[in-house]
Amino acid sequence: MDRLFDVVAVFSLVLIVWVLSSVRRAHIRVEYSVSWLLAGAALLLLSRWRTLDDWIAASLGISDGFIALAMMAGAAFFIVLYRLSLRISGLKDSSITLAQQVAILEFRLEALNEKVQTPAER
Amino acid sequence: MTRSVNQAVSHSAKRLLVLIPAFNEEKAVAGVVGEVRSSVPGTPILVVDDCSADGTRGEAKAAGAQVLALPHHLGLGGCVQAGYRLAYELGFDYVIRVDGDGQHDPRDIPTILNALQQGDCEMVIGSRFVDENGTHTSWLRAAGIVFFRAMLRPILGRPVHDPTSGFVGVSRTALELFSATFPLEYPEIEALVVLQRKRFRFVEVPCRFRPRRTGRSTITAVKSLYYMIHVLLGVFVNVLKFEGRRK
Repeated sequence: MDRLFDVVAVFSLVLIVWVLSSVRRAHIRVEYSVSWLLAGAALLLLSRWRTLDDWIAASLGISDGFIALAMMAGAAFFIVLYRLSLRISGLKDSSITLAQQVAILEFRLEALNEKVQTPAER
Repeated sequence: MTRSVNQAVSHSAKRLLVLIPAFNEEKAVAGVVGEVRSSVPGTPILVVDDCSADGTRGEAKAAGAQVLALPHHLGLGGCVQAGYRLAYELGFDYVIRVDGDGQHDPRDIPTILNALQQGDCEMVIGSRFVDENGTHTSWLRAAGIVFFRAMLRPILGRPVHDPTSGFVGVSRTALELFSATFPLEYPEIEALVVLQRKRFRFVEVPCRFRPRRTGRSTITAVKSLYYMIHVLLGVFVNVLKFEGRRK
């Protein structure tokens, strides 16, 4: 069982390093890295602090501390993914509105240009 | 000569715009524009090009339409809403949507316009089924229509014969609503629920439908399951926001 906790700890460290590296290379914006870094840090903490795992397991009525850790990990990633889904939805709405506005502005600009170029037809 | 969209705003008393959403319809769009010009001479025609990869934009312009060119592909709902937004901003009173694939017969535009001008409704649906004229519908689509008819009846409080028809006309009141709120994918069915939420009314008039002239429907057999789930979810979400029916 200890090996599983070690695996989670290594996974958490890899996640944190990976996210930090992506931020450094500007592949991920800082504001979107925070959720992943928090999730990674929480997982690392839980994988090293067995007393906390056991306490959470006892509070949830679970016999095994690792199952409690797995549940916490699942919950953490669920929350991160949900936050990102919200963000993506908002960005998609903004993108659609912007695309429509750009098209409309170009259309009206073209109409204005035509008026300027052919004043006799006004 | 077709009047330009901008000229029509300043010259016509009750202004009609024919809106043609098009995506990769270079082989059909010119014919549709030509038919619309013959059916309602002098009416401004706006083709909304959903970032086609082919020559749709050029063909539409050459045929005498004005083109609203989207900078990237938005899908049918975003494409139609862009046209509605422009029409609303330019002060049009009625907008009739005709698909760019040639399935809708532009000779029915006056029928839809007459129904709109009666003033008893905010939206008119050109229906394949009011007069049992649904001969050009695939079995898959026909099955979907039957399903959605049954689902929509209790929500709308009245029957709707052809809920997936894209041959629709809207008044300025509905135009204002759809400029702000319009379903982005597979919009026809959800749009009915959006209308109902605002206590707006719709009527159906019999219209002729034809087979597609070119290309293939965006709703293939593979996509139909996704379509059903998407539309059901969209209707469900809109029903949750339901604000009551017109008394």
